[in-house]
Amino acid sequence: MALTETMTVNMGPQHPSTHGVLQLILELDGETVIKATPHIGFLHRGVEKLSEERTYHQVLPLTDRLDYLAPMHNNLAYVLAVEKLFGITEAIPERAKTIRVMMAEITRLKSHLVWLACHALDIGAMTVFLYCFREREMIMDMYEKLSGARMTSNYFRVGGLSADLPAGFEADVRSFIDVMPGHIDTYEGLLNGNIIWQKRIQGVGVISAEDAIDIGLSGPSLRGSGVDWDLRRDNPYSGYENYDFKVCVEQGCDTWARYRVRLAEMRESVKIIRQTLDRLQAGPIMADCPKICLPPKKDVVNTIEGLIHQFKIISDGPKPEVGEIYQGVENPKGEVGFYLVSDGSGRPYRMKIRPASFVNLQALPQMVQGRMIADVVAIIGTLDIVLGEIDR
Amino acid sequence: MSIEVVVENLKGKFAASILEVAEFRGETTVIVKKEEIVAICSYLKMSEGFNFLSDLCGVDYLGKKDDRFMVVYNLYNISTHARLRLKVAVAEKDATVDSVASVWGTANWHERECWDLLGISFNNHPDLRRILMPADWVGHPLRKDYPVQGPDRAPYQGGLS
Repeated sequence: MALTETMTVNMGPQHPSTHGVLQLILELDGETVIKATPHIGFLHRGVEKLSEERTYHQVLPLTDRLDYLAPMHNNLAYVLAVEKLFGITEAIPERAKTIRVMMAEITRLKSHLVWLACHALDIGAMTVFLYCFREREMIMDMYEKLSGARMTSNYFRVGGLSADLPAGFEADVRSFIDVMPGHIDTYEGLLNGNIIWQKRIQGVGVISAEDAIDIGLSGPSLRGSGVDWDLRRDNPYSGYENYDFKVCVEQGCDTWARYRVRLAEMRESVKIIRQTLDRLQAGPIMADCPKICLPPKKDVVNTIEGLIHQFKIISDGPKPEVGEIYQGVENPKGEVGFYLVSDGSGRPYRMKIRPASFVNLQALPQMVQGRMIADVVAIIGTLDIVLGEIDR
Repeated sequence: MSIEVVVENLKGKFAASILEVAEFRGETTVIVKKEEIVAICSYLKMSEGFNFLSDLCGVDYLGKKDDRFMVVYNLYNISTHARLRLKVAVAEKDATVDSVASVWGTANWHERECWDLLGISFNNHPDLRRILMPADWVGHPLRKDYPVQGPDRAPYQGGLS
């Protein structure tokens, strides 16, 4: 009998397919993974600690930097949480809610494009990467037009939005969603029948529905295991109950199933964006709650009262009642939640972020166990992790 | 099944362990005795369908409450889409709670994070190590008596030049 010895290999934190600074300690028997131990925290910036020193309005830019591939979803989760804490959820104007949904879905496309691009690149399909980044660039341009930034948008505000849509923006979105379904067909054309792609992801990273729920998977990763759960439909927020869309579920439990779910979700996002454009009507973009929300920018730059108002709201901060709330939203990666504790002061007493990627990554050791080392790359890709959100 | 029914059932089953039930913005919070947390969590998972632990975290109430810490469990029921929050008070001199990692596997990393950032220890945890901070870090950064700029540094004075 041959003597076998396991070998410990260090993967990351400087490794192109770990999608950031993720370190995996792999115990290998030949090419088979016996055990994987993730090490995280290389990007820990103490967002939760920092937020305790800031007013509720000042925390918002920090949330952009969590899941930096879907900044508007973090903003959305945070502003919805603060609005719930202040009890002004009902006061948000219809136009603001519709634009929030529209931007959230555009952001979902943006995040899924990066996921598909990197996932395919890791497995060797480089063409898809270039195509996806071409379309992502269109979204980046929209972001820039809307908020001035390509990634850290910081566009939503507690009570509404920082600014109305710029001129011509709706036409940009419309021309984007007109071409997007064709592009999704292209990606599927490049991948679905590709025998290498099939062999690399079918039957890889299998996790049963029961195990997935136990380990806390959420979002497309959970729906790929056949669990029909989507917060947009099941605990609707920001008016999602008014849109007609399908929750995409696959029964395969493997990387292929999660690939099918995410591509189907991209098509559903296009459908939702089209509905938001049809519903969009002129109206206010900020709730009428001057004690809590920021004044319109034109008042701030033109009147002394507006300037003082803005200064008071930013530096002192509005004070919610003593209490605690949790608000979860369906991020492209899964459930992102904010748990806020208020002690009645102008700053959050405690802000806990429930990051989707952090919890999803926890499933990695059991998914790679017994698989080949090359599958580790496919499984990291299919979990769609972002280290900014994991390490906070 | 509404959340009131769940709370009533819980009261019937663990009458002596339910310390307080609070409602705020339509969310229900139940404060329970820390000795019973694993039994209560198992019951809620098995009998009331709270199969998904959304989040687990600690809160430091330094100088605000008799028991310094609270450990907070945000539960979710994937079938009924109901949410329920459990809390247990943890004293500073005995900062330990029984781990619920045996009830929901996802609690593993959440509890590691809670230990790392707040210094609340979990009994029977499978692998209680630091997770976000380096392994040799001293102190627990999310405690209220831990300075925001880090240890041994003067507080940031702002960019006045």
